Amino acid sequence: MRSALISGLFTAVVTLFFAVSATAVTPDQQQHVDGHHDHEHTEASEGFDITGVIMHHIQDEHGWHLFDWGGHPVSLSLPVILFTESGLTTFMSSEFHHDVDGKVVVEKNGERFTYYHGHIYYANAEANDHGAFITYTEDHKVANAKPLDFSITKNVASLFVTVFLMLLVFLPVAKFYKKNPGKAPKGLAGIFEPLILFVRDDVALPNIGEKHYKRFTPYLLTLFFFIWFANMLGLVPFAPGGANLSGNIAFTMVLAAMTLLLVNLNGNKDYWMHMIWMPGVPWPIRLLLAPIELVGILTKPFALMIRLFANMTAGHIVILSLISLTFVFESFAVAPASMALTLFIYVIKLLVAFLQAYIFALLTALFVGQAVAEHDHH
Amino acid sequence: MELLTPDFGLIFWTTLTFLILVVLLRALAWKPILKAVNDREDSINEALQTAEKARAEIANLKNENEEIMRQARAERDEILKEAREIKDSIVSQAKQAATNESAAMIENARKLIENERMAAVTELKNSIGELAIDIAEKILKKELDNQDSQKALVADLVKDIKLN
Repeated sequence: MRSALISGLFTAVVTLFFAVSATAVTPDQQQHVDGHHDHEHTEASEGFDITGVIMHHIQDEHGWHLFDWGGHPVSLSLPVILFTESGLTTFMSSEFHHDVDGKVVVEKNGERFTYYHGHIYYANAEANDHGAFITYTEDHKVANAKPLDFSITKNVASLFVTVFLMLLVFLPVAKFYKKNPGKAPKGLAGIFEPLILFVRDDVALPNIGEKHYKRFTPYLLTLFFFIWFANMLGLVPFAPGGANLSGNIAFTMVLAAMTLLLVNLNGNKDYWMHMIWMPGVPWPIRLLLAPIELVGILTKPFALMIRLFANMTAGHIVILSLISLTFVFESFAVAPASMALTLFIYVIKLLVAFLQAYIFALLTALFVGQAVAEHDHH
Repeated sequence: MELLTPDFGLIFWTTLTFLILVVLLRALAWKPILKAVNDREDSINEALQTAEKARAEIANLKNENEEIMRQARAERDEILKEAREIKDSIVSQAKQAATNESAAMIENARKLIENERMAAVTELKNSIGELAIDIAEKILKKELDNQDSQKALVADLVKDIKLN
């Protein structure tokens, strides 16, 4: 487990480096913002915009870009759901006509919206010099106000696909057990029973303890398989896979917040006692430990959030970077090496997909175990 | 830092969907699956225990059987021994009886023979006596004629008589 943690941290550092360097190169994108060139022109003069492509792939979007056909993007249109000043507004993402530069305005219920790099803004009345209905702040950020956005984005759609897949798998598995009580598992049940037992016997039981583990096993099972399915779906290179759902900070934040709630709502007297007034140490140390322990309430789930986010996003970035090698060198000779490296990372990612789900579930079980443990030394 | 800014929409949908998923799977999947697996484990354990018990019982039975066999064998030996003793005593009794009877029979026979002999001797004595009387008669008849010849005859006769 320790080595997994270390590799997780390592990946996190690598990811942050990538993320920072990616944003550092963003002036390339900012040029669109400034409007010195239009999109095609930039690509032609400055070559293949890898950072842009990669950032586009690992970020969320309204609508689901499937592929380009004859130079035109083909996307799955997804519903846009907005809570605006005047209430609920819905329309399909196709109404933006693949525009990501704020040049297309959709008018609903007397309100005007435009789409700019993954976010929906209230559109200006007039287009600026470059045809975008957007104004910028001095540091090249968008100044326009945003409506409250509940859209079914690519990641939300991917979330639904994940849930659908899980129901598709586990409901028949449950049905098998209902139909064949006492029989050896076969088929889907045979595939998933070892994993279910793994979560029960190696994640829940040793960390939470004999007395309480049964209460938390269903949650841990859901958590483990949810993360694993989301990770695996993110590795499928085409729709309905390929969304970077489990590498999205919002997704990992929600799961980490659930762990935070689960741990602290189930914390017993001993747990809080150890937190606030650590028994068995001199009182000055207790004064020191209390704030550290209290901060720990937040840092533990925070680490969970960052670990999953960083691992999955890093994997996507590395895979996309390796695939892009061919385009960077503009030579087919690089392709075999690029493919070999990509394949190598892909296999590792299959392992990481499982490992991260395991670590998340394991640490959640560990924290819950600390919260419900009963100490007998006082 | 676009990547590190969580979107409110995705937070909302993830929370909602994940909570629904937890509730749904807990009720529809994990409860029945874990229950079935537990039940199966229990039944396997029970079966193993039953098998163990049966094995112990069989071992017990075997011991009992052996005990019974041993007793039976001992009893058989006892019976055989008794039978042999009885046989021996019967045989020796029979032998004794036969010996006694034959001794009695021999005794009887000897007595009979003795009696017969005595009878024969008596008869012989009687015959001799009669013969002697006859002879004496004949001699007497003959000697009555002639004194000398009588004397000679008696002497002759006496010479002839051989008392065995």
